Amino acid sequence: MSTALPPFPPAAHEALGDAQLRANLHRATHTIRDKRSRVVAEVADWEELRDAGRAIKTDVLAHLDTYLTAFERAVSDAGGHVHWAADAAEANRHVLEVARAHGVSELVKVKSLTTDEIGLNAALEAGGVHAVETDLAELILQLDGDWSSHILVPAIHRNRTEIRDLFARTIASPSLSEDPRELAEASRVYLREKFLHAQMAVSGANFGVAETGTVCVVESEGNGRMCTTLPPVLVTILGIEKLVPTFADLEVFLQLLPRSSTGERMNPYTSLWTGVTPGDGPAEFHVILLDAGRTRVLADEVGRQALHCIRCSACLNVCPVYSRTGGHAYGSIYPGPIGAILTPQLHGIEHAPTLPFASSLCGACYEVCPVKINIPEVLLHLRAKAVQAGGDPGEASAMKGARWLFGGRRRFAAAERFGRIAQRPLVRSGMLRRLPGPLGAWTRTRDMRPLASESFREWWRRRQ
Amino acid sequence: MHLNSGYRAEADELGARFMRVFDGHDVIVSPSSSCVGTMRELHPDLHGRLFEFSELLVQRLGVTDVGAHFPERVVYHPTCHSLRVTAVGEAPLALLRAVDGLELLELDEASECCGFGGTFAIKNSDTSSVMVADKCAAIVASGASVVTALDSSCLLQIGGRLSREDAGVRTMHLAEILAQTAAGADAG
Repeated sequence: MSTALPPFPPAAHEALGDAQLRANLHRATHTIRDKRSRVVAEVADWEELRDAGRAIKTDVLAHLDTYLTAFERAVSDAGGHVHWAADAAEANRHVLEVARAHGVSELVKVKSLTTDEIGLNAALEAGGVHAVETDLAELILQLDGDWSSHILVPAIHRNRTEIRDLFARTIASPSLSEDPRELAEASRVYLREKFLHAQMAVSGANFGVAETGTVCVVESEGNGRMCTTLPPVLVTILGIEKLVPTFADLEVFLQLLPRSSTGERMNPYTSLWTGVTPGDGPAEFHVILLDAGRTRVLADEVGRQALHCIRCSACLNVCPVYSRTGGHAYGSIYPGPIGAILTPQLHGIEHAPTLPFASSLCGACYEVCPVKINIPEVLLHLRAKAVQAGGDPGEASAMKGARWLFGGRRRFAAAERFGRIAQRPLVRSGMLRRLPGPLGAWTRTRDMRPLASESFREWWRRRQ
Repeated sequence: MHLNSGYRAEADELGARFMRVFDGHDVIVSPSSSCVGTMRELHPDLHGRLFEFSELLVQRLGVTDVGAHFPERVVYHPTCHSLRVTAVGEAPLALLRAVDGLELLELDEASECCGFGGTFAIKNSDTSSVMVADKCAAIVASGASVVTALDSSCLLQIGGRLSREDAGVRTMHLAEILAQTAAGADAG
C-alpha cells in the first residue's frame, strides 16, 4: 500500500454537507453509545478487565515471534495449512491459489476488515473468482458498489429506505416494504442459496490462540458460522497482531469485545475452530498470517499500541468527529480515532499526513477503549512525525515565531500591546468578525473575542 | 499549541522555560485545565504542585464558598481536558453551587467536545464548526444566560459561535463568576 490517501478536511467538508448522512450517523452512534455505557456499567471489574486486555496484548507484541511460530505449529498439528504474507498482494495470491486449486469461481465471505484492508474482493474478481459478502451490511454495500464507513456496522451511513430501494432493485421484488423483518428475509433468501452452493469460504478472525491454533470469529448474524461450517474449503486471513497466548485469555476479550462493540453482554455467535475435524465442518483449512505494515508499526515504541486494537469500534461511536463526518472522510477501511492512528502507520505517515490531525484530542476514545490504547498520545506522536516528514512551511515558521514570542515576558507583553492596536480596525460591536490569512477559517463561522484591554499581569500590578 | 500541532521540540523548550520560571515556588495555579494537564504530562513531578484554579480552591485550600453573588442562570461545560486529562472532578460544580443567587442548569450531552482542539479549529474548521454549533444549541436549549468552563480556549470557541448566532448567552470563565459580589464585579 503506497498510494496517498485523499486529505481529510475536504472529504469531511463534503460529508458534513449531507444532512441525511449526518442524521443517520447521529442516531446510530448515539444509540450504540448509550447501550455500551449501560452494559459496561454492569461490570464491577471493568477497569481491571481493560488492564488485563492491555497487558495481554502488550505481552503478545513483545513476544510476537514466539507466539506466531507456536500458532503455526499448532495449526499444522491440527491438520491446517499455514501461509505467510508480507503484504496484501501476497495474501491475495494465496487465496486465489486455493480457489484455483479447487476450481472455485464463486466463494462466500465472513465479514472481515482485514480482507477489505488488502482489497481481496477486487483481487479475486481480477482472477476470475467472485466473492459474495454474507454479512448483511457488507452485502448491502457490495450490491450498491459502496464501501464500509464503520468497523462494526459498515452501512451505518445508510437508512432503511435506502436499503429497501437497493434490495428492490437487486435481490428482491419491487414491492418489498420497509419492514426490517421483510428486509432481513429478502437477504436471507438470497444468502441461503449462496451458502448451500458455496465450495469455499473466506474469513478474517477476531483472535488466534497461539497455544492451541484455534481461530475465533465473533459475530451477530450467524452468517459467519454458515461460511465457516458449510463449504468444504475455508481460508482465514489473520493479521499477525490478532494472537492471544492461551485459550484462557479469550475469557478477557470475549467480555470486553461485545460490550464495547454492540453494547451486548454477549454476542450471539462465537465460532471457534482448530484445524480440521473429519466429518465436521470444512475438510480443508488454510490460515494466512498477514503482515502488511504491522511489523513496521511494531517497531514504533509509542505507535505500536495501535496493534492492541480488537476492532470493537467503541472509539468511533463516541468520537465527536467521526459521529459527524462518518467513516468515508477518513479514506480508509479503518476510520475514526483508531483509523487516524492505524492508517498512517500501516500506509506510512507521508501517505496520510492529515489523519492524525482529524481529532480535537478530546480523549473520549481513550476513555472507552477496552484495551486502553492511548489514542491521543499516539495522535500527538504522529503529528510530530507528519511535521518532520515535511509539513506546511508557513505554519512551521509561524510556530517558530510563536515559540520565540512565548519565550520572553517582555516581548510577549509588547506583542499584546501591539495586537491591541492592530486589531482596532477589525473590531465590530466588541468582536472580531473577520480575520486575515489562515485565521479566516475561524471567522467563517465564528466571531473572535479581541485581546483584552488589560492583561492579567497589568491588572495584578495595578492592584498591588 | 506547539505540542498539539506536532512541534514537539518547541513545546519541550517552552516546557523547560516554564520549569525555570516557576522554580522555587511551592504552588503554581493556572486558570486553564488544558495547560495544567499538558504540563503535568510533560513534567510528572508537577503533580501536587501545579493546580488548576478550581482544584486549588477545593482540593488544596478546602474552600467551596468564596462569598460570590451572581443571580444568573448558569450552565457548566465540562471541557474535555478538565474532565479527562486534568480530572478536576466535582470541584467546579461545588464552587458554582455555593455561589449565592446562581441557578445551575443541566447541559445536554455535556461531555461532548466543543470542537476547539487548538489548531484543529483552523485545520478542520468545517468539522470544528459543526461541533460548536451543536454545543451552542445545547447551551441555548438549557435556558442559561451564562455558560462557564475552566478553559478560556473552549470559551473562545463557544463564545465566538454564540456571538455569531446572536444567541444572547454570555461566556464567563469560572474565575470571573467567583469574582462577582453583591457589590458588583470585584475587578479591582
